[in-house]
Amino acid sequence: MSSFSVTEPSQRSKWFAGTLVILYALITMVPLAWIMLTGFKTPPDSISYPPKVFFEPSLEGYVNLFTTRTRIGQEALDALPPPDTWYEEIVRERDMVIAGPSKFGERFLNSVIIGFGSTFLSIVLGTLAAYAFSRFKIPLADDLLFFILSTRMMPPIAVAIPIFLMYRQLGLSDTHLGMILLYTAVNISLAVWLLKGFIDEIPREYEEAALIDGYTRFQAFYKVVLPQAATGIASTAIFCLIFAWNEYAFAVLLTSGTAQTAPPFIPTIIGVGGLDWPAVAAGATIFLLPVMIFTVALRKHLLRGITFGAVRK
Amino acid sequence: MTETPLSRAAQATPPGVARKIRGLSDRAIAWIFVGPTIFLLLAINIFPLIWTIRLSFTDFKANRAGREIKNVGLRNYERILTDSDIWLNMQATAHFLFWTIFFQVLIGFALAYLINKKFRGNDLWTTIIVLPMMLSPAVVGNFWKFLYQPQIGLFNYIVAFFTGKDPSSFEMLGSVDLAPWSIVIVDTWMWTPFVMLICLAGLRSIPDYIYEAAEIDRASKLRQFFTITIPMVLPFLMLAVLFRGIENFKMFDLVVQLTGGGPGSTTELTSINLKREAFEKWRTGYASAYAIILFVTVFGLASIYVKALNKVKER
Repeated sequence: MSSFSVTEPSQRSKWFAGTLVILYALITMVPLAWIMLTGFKTPPDSISYPPKVFFEPSLEGYVNLFTTRTRIGQEALDALPPPDTWYEEIVRERDMVIAGPSKFGERFLNSVIIGFGSTFLSIVLGTLAAYAFSRFKIPLADDLLFFILSTRMMPPIAVAIPIFLMYRQLGLSDTHLGMILLYTAVNISLAVWLLKGFIDEIPREYEEAALIDGYTRFQAFYKVVLPQAATGIASTAIFCLIFAWNEYAFAVLLTSGTAQTAPPFIPTIIGVGGLDWPAVAAGATIFLLPVMIFTVALRKHLLRGITFGAVRK
Repeated sequence: MTETPLSRAAQATPPGVARKIRGLSDRAIAWIFVGPTIFLLLAINIFPLIWTIRLSFTDFKANRAGREIKNVGLRNYERILTDSDIWLNMQATAHFLFWTIFFQVLIGFALAYLINKKFRGNDLWTTIIVLPMMLSPAVVGNFWKFLYQPQIGLFNYIVAFFTGKDPSSFEMLGSVDLAPWSIVIVDTWMWTPFVMLICLAGLRSIPDYIYEAAEIDRASKLRQFFTITIPMVLPFLMLAVLFRGIENFKMFDLVVQLTGGGPGSTTELTSINLKREAFEKWRTGYASAYAIILFVTVFGLASIYVKALNKVKER
């Protein structure tokens, strides 16, 4: 790089820009940091005035998140044998005993199953469709592509009415399969668009060489094209996974028990006597942290993906 | 599709022969590959849409499945378009749309402009700024409710700290004046990074030589900003506005968690109102007509906007 360039910003303007951006980043992090801090507070600490930044950390929120508890009288409490686990001890201090596990574990598992299931399906179907759109003459290809994209303009609630009725008829309400199919249908438009972009970038000559060497179309597809598109497929998969992971509107309308995911469940965590904010924060932390780590770790591919998908049209 | 010797040969070969030589013909493979996607979209998007259109002309109620369904013609549409409450919801949505887009464009562009100064560590800080938009709006919105609590909430405390007001003297979510702004604040916090990323892509697409030429012509930095930077980022910015516009017109999860539409119906955006009609009052036919009206509105507005966008791009 030359030491003198008209387009290279001056050292002073870099400092100025850097300071402002870092300041914004720090402010934007406050709510997220607060979620994580609150998870380690005791319920009284979480609602103290002024808000406590320094406090004695406690795992009560996490214990409350994973258990259901019942309050018992002093005599009954005294009659019990001493607590044999650390979490039992935390609960006893509030004059309560553990009644059983909460539903959080199940709901979290549902999020994992539905998230990964629908991502897998969207990627398989999306890659096939994107390859066909990229390489073959398909009648009305542009209209079909636009149709695929326009399905994203429907408000989820508007789609939810007939899907609710349809799922009720087919017995798909509140099932993992129903949610996986639904999220796949929502994700596939984005997947096809993103993946078509990635596959368009792979030179056709590779496949044509393979075809001349006697590969069938299908062999050329999975032995030549798929390995080349691996990065694109991976970053598309992350987008699909994040969407399915975060989705709320369909989940709250179409699931209530067996297949309920974490987003509709977390806001309903209620402690004894009002909302248990440390438990809510603990649940939110466990739920949000994987996405945050993912985002930071894979930032190169992700940031490119967001703008790529939006700008390419 | 570009003409290559191979594709010409493939077209010249009768399909039957092609199948014998290399398994399935390209045409068959194309349909096998696209088929499942189209089928899924037809089953889960188009079929429901057609069903919604049909229901919108009836008085069907989903919680009373056995009841006889009556055809009511256009009465649902008529009632919606003349209902003054729905116009209030439309206004709330318009307020939300306008101000979220206004702030997100302003802050998003400013941030992108600053990040494009390429200071050290800019990609890590960009990632940190992007974090809110990757998270679940429902879970985050629910927690913002806690930040907005009068007295104990962090947001009220910080505002009070800087303005000297009593933190329990104002309710961000409970007061008619403030609630529409509190949802704007959270949405702006969450989605400004999206506008920022698209602007950043726009800024990075401007080739250096244009600025170099302007420098040789002795154009001032301010002049360069208004005659090069702004016009060249504009198509990107307009695209970001389109995406945010469509998304926020559909807004449900964040706001339903924050305010549930209240107080009264001051933050009852159309999607929340629609959910109430469809899944609480169970007026399925009526809600279907409502859904169709919303869909046509988004689709119409988006199409007009895309036309304008293409004009800007052609310049």
